[in-house]
Amino acid sequence: MAKRPVPVAAFGVALVLVALTLGTAVVVLVQGQGLRLAAADAAAVRFTVLQAALSAAVSVLLAVPVARALARRRFWGREMLVTLLGAPFLLPVIVAVLGLLAVFGRSGVVNDLFADVGLPRISIYGLQGVVLAHVFLNLPLAVRMILQGWQSVPAERLRLAAALDLPPAIVFRHVEWPMLRHVVPGALATILAICLTSFAVALVLGGGPAATTVELAIYQALRFDYNLGHAASLAAVQFALCAVTALMAWHLASGTGFGAGLDRGYRLAPGGWRRSGDAAVIVLAAGFLLLPLGMIIWRGLAGLSEIPAAVWPAALQSLLIALPSAGFATVAALTLALAVARGGSRVLDLAAILPLATSGLVLGTGLFLLVQPWVAVTRVAFPVTLLVNMALSLPFVYRLILPQAQTLHRDYDRLASALHLSGATRLLLVTLPRLARPLGFGAGLAAALSLGDLGVITLFAGDTQATLPLVIQRLMGAYRMEAAAGASLVLVVLTFAVFALCDWGGRHAAS
Amino acid sequence: MLHLERVTLCVGVWRLTADWTLPAQGRVAVIGPSGGGKSTLLQAVAGFLAPAQGRILWQGRDLADIVPGQRPVSMLFQDQNLFPHLTIARNLALGLDPRLRLGADGWSRVDAVLARVGLAGLGDRRPSELSGGQQGRAALARALLSARPLLLLDEPFAALGPALKAEMMVLVSEVVNETAATLMMVTHDPDDARRYASDTILVADGIAASPVPTAALFADPPPSLRAYLGTP
Repeated sequence: MAKRPVPVAAFGVALVLVALTLGTAVVVLVQGQGLRLAAADAAAVRFTVLQAALSAAVSVLLAVPVARALARRRFWGREMLVTLLGAPFLLPVIVAVLGLLAVFGRSGVVNDLFADVGLPRISIYGLQGVVLAHVFLNLPLAVRMILQGWQSVPAERLRLAAALDLPPAIVFRHVEWPMLRHVVPGALATILAICLTSFAVALVLGGGPAATTVELAIYQALRFDYNLGHAASLAAVQFALCAVTALMAWHLASGTGFGAGLDRGYRLAPGGWRRSGDAAVIVLAAGFLLLPLGMIIWRGLAGLSEIPAAVWPAALQSLLIALPSAGFATVAALTLALAVARGGSRVLDLAAILPLATSGLVLGTGLFLLVQPWVAVTRVAFPVTLLVNMALSLPFVYRLILPQAQTLHRDYDRLASALHLSGATRLLLVTLPRLARPLGFGAGLAAALSLGDLGVITLFAGDTQATLPLVIQRLMGAYRMEAAAGASLVLVVLTFAVFALCDWGGRHAAS
Repeated sequence: MLHLERVTLCVGVWRLTADWTLPAQGRVAVIGPSGGGKSTLLQAVAGFLAPAQGRILWQGRDLADIVPGQRPVSMLFQDQNLFPHLTIARNLALGLDPRLRLGADGWSRVDAVLARVGLAGLGDRRPSELSGGQQGRAALARALLSARPLLLLDEPFAALGPALKAEMMVLVSEVVNETAATLMMVTHDPDDARRYASDTILVADGIAASPVPTAALFADPPPSLRAYLGTP
């Protein structure tokens, strides 16, 4: 029997992705010809690379002891803590920044404490603020990736080390170091890639000649100077940065970090000072991650009465963008994953991850340049945001679905073929029920990312148009912090509700 | 009848040749060393592997352009013969209509076959709620329902104990009789061949030999069978 041909749909999806990512890259390259870059732009590139490298290094450095403590200790609430570690990834960036401001900001909890004991107040703006926010957002991802590494160390090897009563330094050298050497480069590269495209964090905590990222510089060139050539030049530089880092991350990282198992085999844990050390590490990390989350809820509740009326239409608008965006991303990711699982072309696999090699504002600039001669950009603000969000969340959904699609193919393709299950029948009877779990989780993730996104919308939105994150950013810009906190709580509840609903739907359909 | 006409199967650099005919309603064992190509031979007949050369014909008709699901074949694999998320009844119903559009008549046939193989009342269970033997019965029940003229067994009962396996083989004989099917079964156990197969195909050294009467084959085994059996 000839192999069933890969459906045209998969190549169609791949074509759209390639056109979107490489097409916009070509547009910015052509428009940005000559790369007219000023000294300020070189500073932006330097700052971007510096903050991303620092953020990645600090996140991973802190994640190693946290992951080790979580890997070898069992305590009440551990599973809940590991689950909560996933929360910052879903948290809208603008909301996370607001939470950090409440803790570390000028009138935040930490500075009040410092003032009480006579210490000088610290500033959260500039390089240290950007790095702090990136560590807050990415530490959980680093912990989960490294935790997976720890859980992949065979229990037998640790048991042997314990039986031989090897000192910690020797265990580290022979058991833990080889694992870390395998896992850490991937985690570093992944977080580096994420931080290079940072926009919302730099928008609030950065700025000025000393702390502007390339992504932020693109926004300023388009929005304030309306200098299309300059924006295109910057976008071309940003694309080069992202593509190189994404390639590196793709090469080095093997897992997504989402699927960290919770309890695979009990580990023999050393006692004594190392027990108290682990406890301290866990408490500090949990405090660092949970305190801002707590402040978001606390200040948000207090600010609920201040919420301006504009929040509700913006919330509806955010949902109208996020739900279709997540839907399209999931369908597209499923189409590609099924084709690749069936042994389809490598090109399809590459197309699915291609959006990682670009950034929201590079895509945005390219699309801006494309549509701007024909229609007013504000008229396409929402469709463009939907399209860009779909493209940017697709690689994550794809990587969630692919392993399960491969398992499904390996285990049941023969049986399904033997029973002549094909087309829609196979999709409804076999594929969807078997993949319901990752599909639900992936759709929830895509919806959450899209709901919280503050990126391309800032390029296109007119004064009367807004998504909920944009409303929050505008409130913060106007120093209406109570109203911003209230609106943030609305966004957080919306984001987690939509995620939980999708995830629950998937689990429910699977069982 | 099943005719393999100068067939060569290739997997990488490995090859297997076959050139023979099976009589309709024959019961044939396929025996030989592991890795010799027994499963590959069945896969080719079922349509999961296209011959590099030659033709596979059923009742004189070339099967080359027919996808597995539409061949005159029911095949039981070593494992994964049932979808774990579907009930036993729905798994069986797939043998009647892949779209599961069954009328009341169809579902009563499913119930009847379930009762026939000793699984009455278990139609609403999931495969994981059944024992290994019951899962084997369910898979056979589906073959009984679809009643295709060629039944291929790729050691689906290998994980069962001897008593349970014997029980399954009795059920297989009954299914083959009731559907007037031709049976091809892979086995590595000479006793299975002697007990259940009138003819045996020896698969060794890159050749699937012509079927010969089982008793005669074991009475005077060729060198490759001797080597496999470990007899001098």
